[in-house]
Amino acid sequence: METASKPVQEIDAVTIRFAGDSGDGIQLTGGQFTTSTALAGNDLSTLPDFPAEIRAPAGTLPGVSGFQIHFSSRDILTPGDAPNVLVAMNPAALKANLKDLEAGGTVIVNTDAFTAQAFQKAGIASNPLEDGTLSGYRVLSIPLTTLTDNALKGKSLSRTQVDRCKNFFALGLMYWLYERPIESTLQWIQKKFKKSPEIADANTKALLAGHAYAETTEIFTHHYRVKKAPIAPGRYRNIVGNTATALGLVTASRLANRPLFYGSYPITPASDILHELSLHKGLAVRTFQAEDEIAAIGAAIGASFGGHLAVTGTSGPGVCLKSEAIGLAVTMELPLVILDIQRGGPSTGLPTKTEQADLLQAMFGRNGECPVAIVAAATPGDCFTMAIEACRIALKYMTPVFFLSDGYLGNGSEPWRLPKLSELPNLRVPNATDPKDFKPYKRDPETLARPWALPGTPGLEHRIGGLEKQDVTGNVNYEPDNHEHMVRLRAQKIAGIAKEIPPTEVLGPKKGKVLVVGWGSSYGAITAAVREFQAREEAVASIHLRHIHPFPPDLGDILSHYEKILVPELNLGQLLLLLRAKYAVPAVGLNKVKGQPFKISEIRDAITQLLEG
Amino acid sequence: MPETSTPVPAPGLTRKDFVSDQMVRWCPGCGDFAILAQVQKVMPALGIPREKFVFISGIGCSSRFPYYMNTYGMHTIHGRAPTFATGLKCARPDLQVWVVTGDGDGLSIGGNHLLHALRRNVDLKILLFNNRIYGLTKGQASPTSELGKKTKSSPLGTIDRPINPLRFALAAEATFVARSIDTDVEHLSVILARGAQHKGSAFIEILQNCIVFNDGAFAAVEDRSTREDQALKLEHGKPMVFGKAKDRGLAFDGLKPELVTFEPGKPPPRLAVHDEKASSALAYMLTDLGAEFPTPVGIFRCIEEPTYESMMEEQIHSASEAGQTDIEKLIAGPETWEVK
Repeated sequence: METASKPVQEIDAVTIRFAGDSGDGIQLTGGQFTTSTALAGNDLSTLPDFPAEIRAPAGTLPGVSGFQIHFSSRDILTPGDAPNVLVAMNPAALKANLKDLEAGGTVIVNTDAFTAQAFQKAGIASNPLEDGTLSGYRVLSIPLTTLTDNALKGKSLSRTQVDRCKNFFALGLMYWLYERPIESTLQWIQKKFKKSPEIADANTKALLAGHAYAETTEIFTHHYRVKKAPIAPGRYRNIVGNTATALGLVTASRLANRPLFYGSYPITPASDILHELSLHKGLAVRTFQAEDEIAAIGAAIGASFGGHLAVTGTSGPGVCLKSEAIGLAVTMELPLVILDIQRGGPSTGLPTKTEQADLLQAMFGRNGECPVAIVAAATPGDCFTMAIEACRIALKYMTPVFFLSDGYLGNGSEPWRLPKLSELPNLRVPNATDPKDFKPYKRDPETLARPWALPGTPGLEHRIGGLEKQDVTGNVNYEPDNHEHMVRLRAQKIAGIAKEIPPTEVLGPKKGKVLVVGWGSSYGAITAAVREFQAREEAVASIHLRHIHPFPPDLGDILSHYEKILVPELNLGQLLLLLRAKYAVPAVGLNKVKGQPFKISEIRDAITQLLEG
Repeated sequence: MPETSTPVPAPGLTRKDFVSDQMVRWCPGCGDFAILAQVQKVMPALGIPREKFVFISGIGCSSRFPYYMNTYGMHTIHGRAPTFATGLKCARPDLQVWVVTGDGDGLSIGGNHLLHALRRNVDLKILLFNNRIYGLTKGQASPTSELGKKTKSSPLGTIDRPINPLRFALAAEATFVARSIDTDVEHLSVILARGAQHKGSAFIEILQNCIVFNDGAFAAVEDRSTREDQALKLEHGKPMVFGKAKDRGLAFDGLKPELVTFEPGKPPPRLAVHDEKASSALAYMLTDLGAEFPTPVGIFRCIEEPTYESMMEEQIHSASEAGQTDIEKLIAGPETWEVK
């Protein structure tokens, strides 16, 4: 696409937020812009932000849907603190998002949507384009609806159909403005609207018209170039966390040479994993949409008893319902992976917003002494790796394993280098087959795992259940000493997983003033903030825990090498509690529960405070 | 029995092969003993190797059942047995999976799971021991306790209207719905065998006496001396006849049941003829005729429908036939780019 007729300004990075009605196709627009940006060779990170309601009344604040993308010629780690550019499709979108825009940032508005009626719906007293609301910003007023309408003149499309094309007009405009390649979207439109050629044609026309408009209109004096980022060589794709999780499970199933069974009940923000897995039946993936959360995990445990790689996926409220069954899997000592894609709580809470407040639930949320392993993914791409790691631990140690992700990771995306299957771990574990001396709870001396004896194996008939079992035989047993022995054995088995956890990667100096300890989706913000201090050669380091139970064996030692420890979390201090309890260190928390991920600046400020304090 | 081929017994298996080494810990005189004995007796005749059987239960007296069967088994959590069984059967269609539950486990805490196992037609053999009381927790009212029942938890009488287990199963569109009696060993063994051979969810309510907390709940049909007069044994294609002398029968005047008395051995043509494959409306009427009528037992409904796990297998098969099997392609997704 020829775009060189206006001057080009080179910039390092830009953060754009698209915002509009949830019916405006904002997520779709953001997704297309992301693909195009990835193909342009930038590093990128995205954050979708959609309302809990499917279609809140059009034009209202609850109906505003947003999509933020940060892309750069450098290595970046977060979707950006404050957008530099806000594309607002209506007054409600402007009102809901303006406060996040950087001072002096650019606002691109669809002026056609700025009507008295729209102000009323958005609860705005006067026209923000005229009343000084936007005086501190660079405002680009564009009649997107009218322009789209003009571009599609002569087509036999309804008013609504034409209106639905305006996001493509806006997308075309943004493609020109940031020198994005347009081809991938053109191809996508053809594929997506294969069955309705008129719509495909209209969207194509709108996209090209937007592009051409930006090039010719005087509103845009120049456009921007963000150079390719120095990214490690390899083949890449853009990946969303939930997709990475699903693909990790399918891959683990291949690595373990066992069919995958996924039991789940629809719940935000985990449902996309069920959707993704249900596409892959050709790879012997059995997906079971259960009648409720309990049935979903029950079915998974049943499949595990039958020898499958069994997984159940949910979010916090679903974990509550699954708790009793998780306890059963702990005492039955069957492999099981529980995905918790965390969201704001308590109760129904903030279904579409992110939080990290289920850690202690995963750790302790069951009756009795009921230890499980816990792993947590750090980035969308890391969901793939840690899903495999969760499966590895479950299979090797015959135990339930929690895999913690969250709404931010689950829906966020990043460029991801495709892994080589040959470099992934071997997950194969044997089934018991020899009836000689077979005992259902006779343990492997190394891992303390009991044998996995599948129904259908002659001579290994046995019964397992929720009642306390006698050591070795597995028979029901209520003796005091046996119970204590079994409780301790189960704890010891989980603790023993630590032996295999690789050395913790310390980013920065091996000793110093401040160590930032993170887990989960705060990886990007923490790492970006810590790098700033390191660039100034300040003694600030960070570690990011991907194994939370048990902790890595070197963790206590690492903690002892810093004067101060900062633990940023999207909760009121859950990892902090565990660290203090286990290592008796004077760590302090940086806690935020707004349903939004950390900004780099928030971490930076907290580190600065510790350095100065 | 009609329309089921006689299975070839698994070589060399006897009742004893299905008896586990665990001491049976039900109260002396409990109806569960008779059911256990019949199940153990029926197993060898099914022509299935012992290692292919799995018994799955929830919580309650009946749910101790798997420990006493020398097969694979899972004693799970309250009310959830159908969920574990569904997952196992989907993962391993080669196994024969039995669910043992009770009126509290299956119809109270686990009512939802039972409903869904039945409506999906997962090939499970579900035995619901109905004693109309909570036994293991020592005598509270259950969802099948009769209205006004005085128990520890309802000293003034229950105000909960009871569930009829068979009506529940029929409303869930179960493909096999039957009822038998713990003490009627012959009848029970026939029903168990038919259930085992059914392809799909087989729901069998077994009227079972709790000698400690609800003794005599089904005395009229339990007692050998009154059973023939009080139980109407349904047989497919045969007129509905009962009584020691086989001199009474059931007819329908429209939707109204009627008792008919006749000369023994000469049932009049207007007697209702049982049809397992008829619309579930007939079965529904039979489940509760009223106090003045006998208690129907036998197979109320038995129809053929595709099973859940067979449809799941079919989808997996056709997806892999369609070549959607390349994992590297899957990981790569729709769009990739090379960084050099």
